[in-house]
Amino acid sequence: MDDTVATETVVQLRGVHKTFNIGLPNEAEVLHGIDLTLRRGEFCAVMGPSGSGKSTLLNLVGLLDRPSSGALGICGEETTALDDRALTRLRGHNIGFVFQYHCLMPAFTAQENVMMPLLGEAGFPNDAMAARAAELLDSVGLTKWRDNLAGEMSGGQQQRVAVARALAMNPPLLLADEPTGNLDTKSADAVFELLRGVNRNHGTAILFVTHNEALAKRCDRIIKVVDGRLVDPGSGP
Amino acid sequence: MNPWLPFEWIVALRFLREGRTQTLFIVSGIAIGVGVIVFMSALLSGLQSNFVRRVLTAQAHIQLLPPKEVARALGPPRGASPGTLEGATVQAPLQRLKSIDQWQAVVAEIRAMPEVLVVSPEATGSALVVRGDANRAITLTGVDPEFYFRIVAVPNDIVRGSARLTNSDILVGTELASDLGLSVGDKLRVSSATGGGNTLTVAGIFDLGNKGANQRTTYVALHTAQSLLGLTGGVSSIGVTIKDIYAAESVSRRITAATGVEADSWIATNAQFFSAVQAQTTANTTIRFFVGLSVAFGIASVLVVSVVQKSREIGILRAMGISRGQVLRVFLLQGGLLGLAGSIVGTVIGMLALVLWQRYARNADGTPLFALAIEPGLMMAALLLATLTGLVAAFAPALRAARLDPVVAIRG
Repeated sequence: MDDTVATETVVQLRGVHKTFNIGLPNEAEVLHGIDLTLRRGEFCAVMGPSGSGKSTLLNLVGLLDRPSSGALGICGEETTALDDRALTRLRGHNIGFVFQYHCLMPAFTAQENVMMPLLGEAGFPNDAMAARAAELLDSVGLTKWRDNLAGEMSGGQQQRVAVARALAMNPPLLLADEPTGNLDTKSADAVFELLRGVNRNHGTAILFVTHNEALAKRCDRIIKVVDGRLVDPGSGP
Repeated sequence: MNPWLPFEWIVALRFLREGRTQTLFIVSGIAIGVGVIVFMSALLSGLQSNFVRRVLTAQAHIQLLPPKEVARALGPPRGASPGTLEGATVQAPLQRLKSIDQWQAVVAEIRAMPEVLVVSPEATGSALVVRGDANRAITLTGVDPEFYFRIVAVPNDIVRGSARLTNSDILVGTELASDLGLSVGDKLRVSSATGGGNTLTVAGIFDLGNKGANQRTTYVALHTAQSLLGLTGGVSSIGVTIKDIYAAESVSRRITAATGVEADSWIATNAQFFSAVQAQTTANTTIRFFVGLSVAFGIASVLVVSVVQKSREIGILRAMGISRGQVLRVFLLQGGLLGLAGSIVGTVIGMLALVLWQRYARNADGTPLFALAIEPGLMMAALLLATLTGLVAAFAPALRAARLDPVVAIRG
């Protein structure tokens, strides 16, 4: 990987390997030399059979895990040498997550869930936080539900709250790990359109892991992961 | 949600509210533990201060006594080699009543010490009181009322007459007055073993709260006792009170060093009482330690369960950019808040138990067994210690939460 990463490049992986249980009898290499570049404004579907390494790839890009070797750049910053504190800061400022099982905090209301990343950020003005959360909930069509506890909402509504929360810090990169996998077709379509709108309106780069080919075909680009390797990384819709 | 609170406080409070049944149980457990500690400590403190008060309102903190008679063997016979003794028989000497040498100078020297409050010279010895056909052996205590009554508050114990002590007055106890049919103003013949005798007027009758003391103790003026006991111009002891009663041992050593007169502190003369107090304190400390330990384990176990239950949420928080330090503080705060809440409730329970104890645990005559010391310092210490215990107990679970791998945590 070059020392300087192009500024419009949001994600850049060069020869990334990931091995679990290193040195143990059950050592297993899950990703084998991944090269991937994602630019600002790209909406990229990630497909592949279960166990192929999609989630591991997403965890590496989301800085939740570290590559065993290779180089990983996020928003122009090389991350492999960063300590946990720096990775946490980089993740908080630049990456939003949407998980398959909504993963909201059930004891908090929809608005509080959206405010959570802002609350964790010291020095964020309180009124600005509330206004930002209201604006995001409005943008996902949940203004009326903002004072409801997460547990009181339907799966589709919860996933929309999760999208709003992922956008709270206005990150340039959004990682969605099968966000529609647990939803009915109508809700899945609504969530996808929401992500599409975010991508178009804000230029947010999105890595969208899915098993749904129809949805994948509506993305700008599809990459396939098979046995820990990227297959046809450049194919478009 | 109050967005003015820091992130850690908001999450910690919400987690505690979410697991309200667990929270309620552990707060109750802490409260019972703290209540027991508060109640026991106040009870023990009251008991000790009551003992100390009783002991020290009846005697001086330090008493100076003349040196005891010591028998010495005769020297070796003429012409004998050094160290040789022939037929030496050493008999234990008789301890006759004698005065402290240069007692006025000793008193002046002690009065000059900054830690000393009152110095009271006394002449004390045995005597016989005779009235008609009746007689009783008594302890005659000659005092200077100006000083002695500031050590032992005899005027407060007077039940008839007054605490006046001129050279011809005597104060007697209720038992002696009853045995001899004495009233205030009656004459009483007092004779000592040395042959001295005097007829004195009963100026007052006191009740020291002890039958034996009321039977034997009598007070006369210092000059009267000196004359009766054959101690002309002398005193048999000097009583001293000091500012810090628990410094009596060190002050008595300084007095002995400065004056050369043997000084006994109330701590040395009541060694048995002190060992009882020490045993009580040790038992109380042990109980407090184990109660504190059980509180700590209770908090830790609840938080360990909470970390397991909340691991997915911890993973989400970490994915959202919440640092390990913030997660650590969320769980430390929960421990501290549980400790604080439990200790507040426990302090109230302890106080209520004390009030009930004071109301229902009474002497046969309806008076309280003893005054309980309900000290704000004890309450503050209980609050502080329980909160600290909560923080310490929360440390291991908090560390575990902070170290959770977000990938594993989110996967559940």
